Amino acid sequence: MNQEKLSTETEIVVRMSGVSKRFPGVLANDQVDFDLRKGEVHALLGENGAGKSTLMNVLAGMYRADGGTITVHDQLVDFGSPREAIEAGIGMVHQHFMLVPSQSVTENILLGLDEPRFRMHLPQYNRKIEQMAEQYGLHVDPAARIWQLTVGEQQRVEILKMLYRGADVLIMDEPTAVLAPSEIDELFNTLRSMTAQGKSIVFISHKLHEVMDISDRVTVLQKGAVTSSGVPTADVTRADLARMMVGREVVFRIDKKDVEIGDVVLSVEGLKADNEKGLPALRGVDLNVHAGEIVGLAGVAGNGQSELSETLAGLREALDGKVMVHGEDVTNKSVKSGIRQGISLVPADRTLVGTAPNLSVTDNVIMKNYDQSPIGHGWMVNSTEAGNYATELKDDYDIMVPTIDTSVRLLSGGNLQKVILAREISSDPKLMIAVQPTRGLDVGAIEGVQKLLLEQRESGAAILLISEELEELLSLSDRIYVIYEGEIMGEVLDGDIDKIGQMMTGTRLEQIDTQGDA
Amino acid sequence: MDFILIILASGVATGTVLLYATVGEAFSERSGILNLGVEGMMLIGAMTAYKVSAATNNPWLGLLVAMFAAGAISQVHAFITITLQSDQVVSGLALNFLAIGISLVLGEGLTSLRDVVPSLPSFSIPVLVQIPILGRIFFTNQSVMVYLGFIFVPLAWYYINRTRPGLHLRAVGEYPAAADTLGIGVYSLRYFYVFVGGLLAGLGGATISLSISPGWFGALTTAGQGWIAIGLVIFAQWNPVRAAFGAYTFGALRRLVLDIQGPATLLGFANPFFYNPHNAFFLKMIPFAFTIVVLVIGSREANRKRIGTPSALGLPYIRGQRGL
Ligand SMILES: Nc1ncnc2c1ncn2[C@@H]1O[C@H](COP(=O)(O)OP(=O)(O)OP(=O)(O)O)[C@@H](O)[C@H]1O
Ligand SMILES: [Mg+2]
Repeated sequence: MNQEKLSTETEIVVRMSGVSKRFPGVLANDQVDFDLRKGEVHALLGENGAGKSTLMNVLAGMYRADGGTITVHDQLVDFGSPREAIEAGIGMVHQHFMLVPSQSVTENILLGLDEPRFRMHLPQYNRKIEQMAEQYGLHVDPAARIWQLTVGEQQRVEILKMLYRGADVLIMDEPTAVLAPSEIDELFNTLRSMTAQGKSIVFISHKLHEVMDISDRVTVLQKGAVTSSGVPTADVTRADLARMMVGREVVFRIDKKDVEIGDVVLSVEGLKADNEKGLPALRGVDLNVHAGEIVGLAGVAGNGQSELSETLAGLREALDGKVMVHGEDVTNKSVKSGIRQGISLVPADRTLVGTAPNLSVTDNVIMKNYDQSPIGHGWMVNSTEAGNYATELKDDYDIMVPTIDTSVRLLSGGNLQKVILAREISSDPKLMIAVQPTRGLDVGAIEGVQKLLLEQRESGAAILLISEELEELLSLSDRIYVIYEGEIMGEVLDGDIDKIGQMMTGTRLEQIDTQGDA
Repeated sequence: MDFILIILASGVATGTVLLYATVGEAFSERSGILNLGVEGMMLIGAMTAYKVSAATNNPWLGLLVAMFAAGAISQVHAFITITLQSDQVVSGLALNFLAIGISLVLGEGLTSLRDVVPSLPSFSIPVLVQIPILGRIFFTNQSVMVYLGFIFVPLAWYYINRTRPGLHLRAVGEYPAAADTLGIGVYSLRYFYVFVGGLLAGLGGATISLSISPGWFGALTTAGQGWIAIGLVIFAQWNPVRAAFGAYTFGALRRLVLDIQGPATLLGFANPFFYNPHNAFFLKMIPFAFTIVVLVIGSREANRKRIGTPSALGLPYIRGQRGL
């Protein structure tokens, strides 16, 4: 079946030749050739900022190419808007979902269509969409409002939106970055059923095992240009892919030095907090982190991880319990006093919490020490010193950016994360809380971030690493706590995956142990 | 009892002015554009309606021209905020000064025409007028504009919540990038709904000068009602039905403040507001103070229920911009 798909006789649905796209200061796509066959999953790989999203945005009509041609079913096309692309059968599921939160699933799917003409006969369309959802195994309640849905369900709505418009090419830009492992399996099943029904899929991801798993062919971009074009996935290994992307060998094994464990830096007792909706998110969390230690917190997204990180950093009110740093009670103290205590946070949300998107790289990196000499000068900021400091960090952390005055909203995911890490690490933290620090990053950048975290550990910082990537937790952490519905299920010292898996679904460590004894 | 019924009935009449302006602003804000120039646009409407009506002897023509005049001036704001992507607050305030200035200049000499200019008709609705109490408040000798308001509100609600163009309107104000990727013209829709906001503000102004309190009294014609309308939009959570409720309540409050100065005794006591100029200033302040109270309550409630405020309100839309 696979062999048959890969035969060259298969019909070519999309062909991009010599496509270039320039942004002020960057050549995002440089004479790119790309083709997509009927019924295949074609993976697009490349480092952060390699130009993957840009290339697909050109294909989906968001941007106009500066050069090159695109043909769809052998017809030359030049899309002026996403709508024209959709009419030609090309739909894109963006990295940021394009859904109106206050509207229902059906309303979002019908948005922009000519039918219904005037009155929205919602119940009738609800049924129609339900049927379509069933056909592809995309289960979602058509009457639900978007803000009530999980991220996985929202993604299904995005896919349905494109299928409803009759798309036969579906571009998925990092669809798995936001999904829990079980949701990823479901997505892959959907993708397989779609290709079986003759649809073609472009799949962008930084997770190489997913690419190995789902794709038929791989194209690799490096700094805007194609380095490997349409290689059959069956012919390569994961290590090959990593090399093709980064242009050098990537070490997947991390060498972790032995570090002497110091005093308790963070200790949390019986911590309780609510989420935005006023429902309990933390129901009595106990944990501690020592100096020179990376402690992992595992758990399926939405079990209180983000609330915990915010409460520890002073961004969310603790309703009960105690947070101690170096033996000092910091519960519900201001963020500023937390910073003075040496608490640093690498938040999950890079664009809204981690940075001020419209400010420059300089402004973003001095956000913690703008009031300290030599940058702070009484009530003024010494802009020369600030600039020097930013340049220094840019070089030290290898941040790829045209100038330090560029606003950070234009940075790619990996570089944005480096800006945050540069700021947080250079404040010389005693306690570092890192939430999903490598999400959306390419393998090279992940390696860099993980190295930085290990260096912090060696220099005696206490690190709480909150992540949904089990592999990452296992390779970096000294011990792992598992959180489920706002409670710690237990602590694992030996990286026993089975135990962690069971605890992630709500079984307490004691229960597992007694089962084991019986 | 009679006193209360009179106040409520004239509250519905005065409130009709606020109603049109508030729903108009709600349309504009639903599309993502805050327009603080309501007061100015209403004044343009009031002046144009009166002037055209005086010149042609046809108040209906006056009404129509007034709407389009206010709609036209609203496009200045649309151009500045949508095409030039400038700050909506600043532009709205500037529009206000511009529109007030134009109205005062062109309205020169209109004041003396009092009693010569024809007004819009008032009448009672047969049958309905006989309903106890409600008949007296809503259907007895009211302006035709009041009755049009009764029809307009449910239509506006239906349009926003149950039709395809209404769906597009909401999408453009909530998440313009999403609307754009689906081929909805974000810019043209925003221009259109700013225009609708202008039309309705003009209608509100014309309702004053041709019907509710006929005449042209310079800036006192609208007397700050445009600002109250902007506050009411938030209280109404961008919903025409709630807007009607708020507008009628405010109309009644405005009347109460005026009429309470009339009688010498109130509930058997000497009326402290009876022709007392100092207390009158205090009374005049009450509707505005009440606006602030209502605003605070309304926006707290909207926040709690995560409804209301269109997410993209006040933000310019630039295609391909990262983030939104
Ligand atoms: N709207 C824009 N304006 C200016 N520069 C941009 C814009 N969009 C992208 N870029 C730049 O173009 C280059 C390619 O970006 P692109 O988003 O396509 O990368 P990517 O391969 O998708 O990366 P990632 O894996 O981080 O998503 C980057 O250098 C980026 O900073
Ligand atoms: Mg991308």
